[in-house]
Amino acid sequence: MRRGLFSLNLSRKTWSGIGGAVPPILYITLLFLLPVLIFLGGAFDDTPRHLVRSVSDPLYQRVLIDTLMLGLYVTGICFILGYPLAYALSVMPPRWALVGFAFLLLPFWTSLLVRTYAWMVLLGRNGVINNLLMGLGLIDTPVSFLNNMSGVLIGMVHVLLPYMVFPLFDVMKRVDGSLLSAAEGLGAPGWKIFLRVYLPLTLPGILAGSVLVFVLSIGFYITPALLGGGRVATMALMIERQVREFLDWDFAAALSLVLLICTLLVSIGLGRLLRGKEIHG
Amino acid sequence: MTPSRTTGRSPALNLFLVIWCALVFGFLMAPLLIVFPISFSSASYLQFPPPGWSLRWYQAYLSDYAWMDATWRSVKVALATTVLSTVLGTMLAFSLVRGRYPGRAALGQVANTPLLVPTIIYSVAVYGLFAQMRLIGQWWGIVLAHTVLAIPYVTIMVSAALKTVDPRLEQAAIGLGASRLTAIRRVTLPIIRPAIISAMFLAFISSFDELVVAMFLGGVNMTLPKKMFDNIVNEIDPTIAAVSVLQILLVCVCLLLAKRFGMGGQKIGV
Repeated sequence: MRRGLFSLNLSRKTWSGIGGAVPPILYITLLFLLPVLIFLGGAFDDTPRHLVRSVSDPLYQRVLIDTLMLGLYVTGICFILGYPLAYALSVMPPRWALVGFAFLLLPFWTSLLVRTYAWMVLLGRNGVINNLLMGLGLIDTPVSFLNNMSGVLIGMVHVLLPYMVFPLFDVMKRVDGSLLSAAEGLGAPGWKIFLRVYLPLTLPGILAGSVLVFVLSIGFYITPALLGGGRVATMALMIERQVREFLDWDFAAALSLVLLICTLLVSIGLGRLLRGKEIHG
Repeated sequence: MTPSRTTGRSPALNLFLVIWCALVFGFLMAPLLIVFPISFSSASYLQFPPPGWSLRWYQAYLSDYAWMDATWRSVKVALATTVLSTVLGTMLAFSLVRGRYPGRAALGQVANTPLLVPTIIYSVAVYGLFAQMRLIGQWWGIVLAHTVLAIPYVTIMVSAALKTVDPRLEQAAIGLGASRLTAIRRVTLPIIRPAIISAMFLAFISSFDELVVAMFLGGVNMTLPKKMFDNIVNEIDPTIAAVSVLQILLVCVCLLLAKRFGMGGQKIGV
């Protein structure tokens, strides 16, 4: 046996260092993979009726579309806010960039509950922003920001913006300035340099940041639950409700499977695109 | 604020960037700043600007049994999670970076799946398992689940640091008579200590702030985020503003410590 065809691969040398991986992998298998697989397995109990219902029931179709649209909006807004910010950070003198990073990291690390509470204070009917706008005479009646989509969007963009800025900054920091100078030397106008040189060069950062923000936003629970006030339905909220209110674990599993497949499709699909870009470009 | 590095940037663009940064940073910082005046308000309900100043909400927080109980439970859970996830994550990082066995990349992917699966799905799944094992309401049940979520952070940060360490340093120590464990402990670990410290801060905060898993597993024994969640849903009483200020200060201290002893502020977020 020992001298068989595979003896080379099974020799002690090839397995060196695997011992250290055993406890952590065992831990993740027992406390993560196993419970998740058991739970998701419920979606297939005897008939695929739960799965069929989760994708064919108009109510849940609506929720899925709303969740994906919310993810798209959040990603789009984060990109619009984050791209110029990341660019400015990448060209600032390091001392200023450090200050900028402090402004990004402090909210990033601050508890989600703290931030959600603060947004409720700011955006409420008698909140700071409404008082300010009415005091300035810009509006007569308070604008409702809470318990609807706008509050959820504001809260989620606030949480996810750093996830967009960090990958963008990483890529922008590595852009070779001489390429821009070359384009300029050849007489290209500023907007053309941006569109034809800078934007393509920073595309990997845009994709990485967007995938991260989108994937995180479609699984979001806390912000839609609190700032949406029960009027914004997302997949995460539906899953929780199936378990807590209806005790329908199998249907919760089916909805989870749908959400998970969306997450995986986006992250793996765009991940592949990203790798392709690096090889070809 | 943004002097030209390349020649092509016009003053108009610079002005735009300065204004844009000011607006976005204002948006990011506004919620953090607003809780400070509210926490010192003397009003018994939310009022802005506050009619007067007092420390009553700090007193209310510090003297309330439920708030204190939740706070200590969260500290306990986060500390235990930090220890457990740092040990397991560092072991895995060493194995993935230094090991020479097939399938290492796949193992690394498996270890990162907790980052990919939405937390709500994991929460419900582990709730199902722990309910059968009668673990709901146990603080260490939350630790077990939070550790799963923290291991990928530790592994990613420690692996990145480990890749920059020349393995020949360790081999030299072994050649001079040290055992493999001694070589790791005396040579490699001191070099990657900043990364491990940063990872520990990340693990601590990730557990201390985590709500969704703790909400399902905590039962009646609330963690601080759950207590805050209930407070927000039921009544908005300014006690939570005082708690918020203390948490923001805690984050500031953690960031400064991580900057001093860890890898520096910039790398922690990613």
